[in-house]
Amino acid sequence: MKDEIKNKVRGFLAKNKKIGELSDGDDLFEKGFVNSLFALQLIMFLEKEFKIKIPDKAINEDNFRSVDAIAVTVSAVVNNETI
Amino acid sequence: MPEKKIKCVVWDLDGTIWDGVLIEGGGKALRKGVREIIEELDRRGILQSIASKNDYDEAWKRVERFGLDEYFLCSRINWGSKAKSIREIAEALNIGLDTFAFVDDTAAERGEVSFNIPEVMTIDAADYTTMLGMDRMTPEFITADASARRRMYKEEFERQEAESEFGGTSEEFLKSLGMKLKISPVTENDLRRVEELTLRTSQMNATGYTYSYKELQGLIDSDKHIFLSAELEDKFGDYGKIGLALIEDTADSYVIKLLIMSCRVMTRGIGSTILIHLIKKSINDGKRLIAEYLETDRNRMMYITYKFMGFGDLETEDGKTILAYTSETRREYPDYIEVIEAE
Repeated sequence: MKDEIKNKVRGFLAKNKKIGELSDGDDLFEKGFVNSLFALQLIMFLEKEFKIKIPDKAINEDNFRSVDAIAVTVSAVVNNETI
Repeated sequence: MPEKKIKCVVWDLDGTIWDGVLIEGGGKALRKGVREIIEELDRRGILQSIASKNDYDEAWKRVERFGLDEYFLCSRINWGSKAKSIREIAEALNIGLDTFAFVDDTAAERGEVSFNIPEVMTIDAADYTTMLGMDRMTPEFITADASARRRMYKEEFERQEAESEFGGTSEEFLKSLGMKLKISPVTENDLRRVEELTLRTSQMNATGYTYSYKELQGLIDSDKHIFLSAELEDKFGDYGKIGLALIEDTADSYVIKLLIMSCRVMTRGIGSTILIHLIKKSINDGKRLIAEYLETDRNRMMYITYKFMGFGDLETEDGKTILAYTSETRREYPDYIEVIEAE
């Protein structure tokens, strides 16, 4: 599951910004990657792609800081775990 | 609930805009007064389109010859159902069918539309001279932005076309637009447009508070408030005033009471750019930055915008959330947009 999420997230990021070297642990905000516009679009993309609604309390920078963090957040929502 | 004001009039051609039937040799002259009605609706900010059963090339050539082509957006000239055409027009313009009017001289066509889309207002072409006097065709007020609405839609279609043909990433596309955002205090001249934005915007509206014209006027002069509007332009044209922020200035905090963006700029990051302006200002002035958010079934994007701009929930009560800016991160304007701050 997490690999599938990571692949899709990388695909989304590539469409939005030129990725040079990006590893799954890199801070997307620091890399200037996810400004709030792309964050908004990222949330909409994830919700549509995985047919989920990310709960309001899970929406914060930390949960979407890296490809790894996004995979953890999304799989928790998909599996109905508390975040 | 009173019926909504009309935002788009869809015209038939044969026997409605012009006399007679084009393929039977008609269409030699416009019906009397039609041109004036079309021009006046346009001035009122009501969009117009065509749903006609005709050969596209012939019919459109005739529309052009009458010099009316520039007034119509997303016209559908084909042999299919007019209800289907109207649905397609509504989708392309992204406005609700309950704000559509359809003018046709043929009862069967009006019937087909009424049957399939009851929310569309139908008008017998015989009654066309009464259109301008109809309450639903009369906006409360007409702003400069309203009169320019058709032009802005055209520019928006050009942008969408450019975006779909653009080969690079979306960040590169945003850069290619050359956007300039001017943030300045609301003045008396802006008030009608400000009122219009507060009434028309539901999706990109953080609280949905509405103020009467008089209250808005008072806010301009109030020394307890900062009242800002944002204007956007890019290489395709001028979007006009598309953003609004009302801040209450208390002893130790700035409280964002209104944050509104026109839906046309949803994918441009304008909300966060205005927020960055407010964050910088609050840091400069040594004030805490607080935001109010009133959840509706459509405005969740505003909440997400706040959360990703470093705001955290302070308290929630009866669907109203108070957020505070708590981030330590330095925030700069996105590099795809030039911000002009006019004091």
